[in-house]
Amino acid sequence: MSSEQDIYEEHVLDHYEDPYHRGDLEKATHSHEADNPLCGDVVHIDLRIDGDEKIQEAWFSGDGCVISQASASMLMETIEGKSLEDIRNFTAEEMLALFGPKLTPNRQKCCLLSWRVLQSAIHAPVDDLPPDNEDGPDVHFGGPSLSEET
Amino acid sequence: MGSQSPLVEKKSYLKDTTAFTISELDQIREQFPILGRLTASGAPLAFLDNAASTQRPLAVIDAMSDCFRRYYANVHRGIHTLSEESTAAYEQARRTVAEFINAASDREVIFTAGATASINTVARTWGDANLGRGDVILATIAEHHANIVPWHQLAERTGCKVVFLPITSEYTFDDTVVKDHLARLQPKLFAFTAVSNVLGTKTPVRRWAQLAKSFGAVTLVDASQATPHEPIDVQSLDTDFLVFGGHKMCGPTGIGVLHGKQQLLEDMPAFLGGGGMILRVTTEGFEPAELPDKFEAGTPPIAEAIGLAAAANFLTGLGLERIAAHEHALCKIADQGLREMQGVEVIGPDASQKGGIVSFSIDGVHAHDIAQELDHLGIAVRAGHHCTMPLHRWMKKTSTTRASFYLYNRPQEAERFLEAIELVKTKFTRSGRRRRQRNPQ
Ligand SMILES: Cc1ncc(COP(=O)(O)O)c(C=O)c1O
Repeated sequence: MSSEQDIYEEHVLDHYEDPYHRGDLEKATHSHEADNPLCGDVVHIDLRIDGDEKIQEAWFSGDGCVISQASASMLMETIEGKSLEDIRNFTAEEMLALFGPKLTPNRQKCCLLSWRVLQSAIHAPVDDLPPDNEDGPDVHFGGPSLSEET
Repeated sequence: MGSQSPLVEKKSYLKDTTAFTISELDQIREQFPILGRLTASGAPLAFLDNAASTQRPLAVIDAMSDCFRRYYANVHRGIHTLSEESTAAYEQARRTVAEFINAASDREVIFTAGATASINTVARTWGDANLGRGDVILATIAEHHANIVPWHQLAERTGCKVVFLPITSEYTFDDTVVKDHLARLQPKLFAFTAVSNVLGTKTPVRRWAQLAKSFGAVTLVDASQATPHEPIDVQSLDTDFLVFGGHKMCGPTGIGVLHGKQQLLEDMPAFLGGGGMILRVTTEGFEPAELPDKFEAGTPPIAEAIGLAAAANFLTGLGLERIAAHEHALCKIADQGLREMQGVEVIGPDASQKGGIVSFSIDGVHAHDIAQELDHLGIAVRAGHHCTMPLHRWMKKTSTTRASFYLYNRPQEAERFLEAIELVKTKFTRSGRRRRQRNPQ
């Protein structure tokens, strides 16, 4: 009956159930957290960045839908060993491609939550005040939030 | 789906639906062309998001199209054939709607842009004129944001305050608590929903209106979830203000109704200023028009009012008691089926206390994932906070999933919904998966 791709393909469910580096990182040098207030998804990211501006370790924690959590896991798996330059150049489109299944505009927000948190985390050294722009880079994706319905 | 139904013993719920026969339901569904379409996944559509907005029957589509094709022009102004015909149809629509809610006079029926616009009108006019510092507005915790935010805004302007009436752990209201709040707080306004758009809980509108009156409070009833489903008689309910929109009752978007008792409306200052709402304008000021024009500034939603009247006639033709009985039967199937499932929590009172709305959550599964997977199976439901953040906060939930039935839904769709929920549960149940490389194709 299905002519459309299953968003919850095996790979996505695998990451949801067996996430990569879910937990806190004791020796984090950078960290950030944000949510999608209307649906309640939360993602927190801890990073250990070395003197060469390379991500040595990346961990996440959070709560929310399969897409928000599985995509965070995929992101952690991908970014270790990458340079900050690589992260800055990693676009929202690339994040959606990393996730895989095509998402409707409403669900792109869920997938991009961890990407937003990451983009802020690299500018958020631990022990520093959080950056002004709590929500990370000002990029708009998708339609109005799913939950602001009548 | 279907061949290996997870509901091992298939129960027949169909006997519960006595309101419409199968052939009547077929005929009703033929009136709604959209119901024949498929969803993006290619599955036949089961539309269970009716509490957000309903679909339109041919009667409404045709009435609006007929207006545009044959006689549309601006109303109340032109001395020409089309304007006169449009004006007659627009004012006939008002009479139809007045009859639909049994208003004492059609001057009590103000056309607005929707339920939200109706409530804002009351807040901006009656509210600004009658409330001041320290005055209290009482509302239930289960209100839609449309019946909360305008009061918060009024509080910001006037210094009055909004107090929320709690709900019991069974998702119902306790009359003694209502009485106690009215007696203790002496609110100027008691604003409450006739039917909660999340819980499905019905409030005793008549009794609460009487109680409020005995304590000197004006009542505003949000009937958005009531007029589509049950007969409403504003004279017998004795409400001061009652509001609803067109799009939840088979009518168009962009139109709603503010019903108010004539004296109240006459004493209220005008709200939006402009053409149509004045008797005369000078360089010094203006004199407002009589009711209902006083509250209908600018070109009104003409075709939409005509469409709304067609919707009211359609519902009356089917019989609102029968519609209510039909929806209730479907709601009962879904409600009972969900309650029998492990790991599923129904958010709302027993089916006997509600109409066509069933909200629920599944342990460990996010509401958006439920809705997404149901859509994949062809079933449209709503997930989120349904514009009731205070209620969700009270329930300690960020979101819930809601199935809402309407007159055109089949009992089989309620069964399909239950089967789909079993599939959703299976799909998202943790099963010891391990992370692997992505499958290359
Ligand atoms: C209980 C309730 N009140 C008010 C509204 C808002 O109505 P409208 O869309 O007509 O402004 C809705 C739904 O949208 C509702 O469910």
